[in-house]
Amino acid sequence: MNFYDEPMPDAGYLAATVAIAATITFALRAVPFLLVEWLRASASIRHFSRRMPAGLMVILLAYLLHASGADTASSLVPRAAGALVTIGLHLKRGNALLSVFAGTATFVVLVNAVPGLNP
Amino acid sequence: MNDDEGRPAAQPPWRTALSDTLPMGAGMVPLGITFGVLVVHSGLAWWWAPAFSGLIYAGSLEFLLIGLVLTATPLSAIALTTLLVNARHVFYCLSFPLHRVQGRLGRLYARFALIDEAYALTASRPAETFTSRRILWTQAQLHSYWVGGGLLGALLGGVVPASLRGLEFALTALFTVLALEAIKAGAEIRTPILAAACALLSGWLAPGQLLLVAMSAFLAVLALSELLRRAHA
Repeated sequence: MNFYDEPMPDAGYLAATVAIAATITFALRAVPFLLVEWLRASASIRHFSRRMPAGLMVILLAYLLHASGADTASSLVPRAAGALVTIGLHLKRGNALLSVFAGTATFVVLVNAVPGLNP
Repeated sequence: MNDDEGRPAAQPPWRTALSDTLPMGAGMVPLGITFGVLVVHSGLAWWWAPAFSGLIYAGSLEFLLIGLVLTATPLSAIALTTLLVNARHVFYCLSFPLHRVQGRLGRLYARFALIDEAYALTASRPAETFTSRRILWTQAQLHSYWVGGGLLGALLGGVVPASLRGLEFALTALFTVLALEAIKAGAEIRTPILAAACALLSGWLAPGQLLLVAMSAFLAVLALSELLRRAHA
């Protein structure tokens, strides 16, 4: 069952991993809110936070397109095709569920049916 | 049925939240299943999947951690990885409508469950459109998709081989739609163009840390342009 030739990590080590990762992640999400009331009072920050979401969404999308595989032609083609179908359909019809479904179907068909293409 | 302000609401908050979160679920459940399968295929007990997904609740980090624990990575390196991978979350406090959430426990949970998807569903719309319950239902539903998918994958992982590849692309397709919607909602096109440039440059210079580097660069340029705007005004 094991992919690696290492001994299985014991439960105490795994529990410590979960506790550390959960605590740091929670702190990163929660602590900035202690400053937010003070930040919101500033007009600059308000202007800033209105411009921010569109930019952060674009970066998250770039990360997902980038992280889903090695950047070789065989994995770029299905990702680009899936994204283009999603964009085209969404600009035309504006139905989120339909766009996501069609884009995913394009990707799944390409990586499963076309030899040489990888997810 | 009344919303938090006591006005009669057209539909219960869980129902409004559900129509927002269902497309997200279409991406998160297959990805969660993939995570659950990875957990049991790595040789870990099935219940580590819900433990990771429910308590850490940070998708990309969880995938990384499985690889790290299997090679007995020191806990200090695990702490540093968590810090780097999830550092982006410090920016989310600026547009997430936490001030709309009522109750001590509710506000605690809203902070804990502030994942990318929850930020995406709440940040680009006016905060006034969100009631406390709608925000909490949105987050609880996203949480259940992720944990439920992981559980399903962990329980089926030993039995069902991964036959249909690529279902996890639903999450990418979904963020394509969300990025388009956020661009349409924002007034100016130069902000997403700047973000795309930052992402391309980071993907080239620091491919392993694209998220953190691109977000920091984008926010630095945005802050600089804000300072210049004020200097001119």
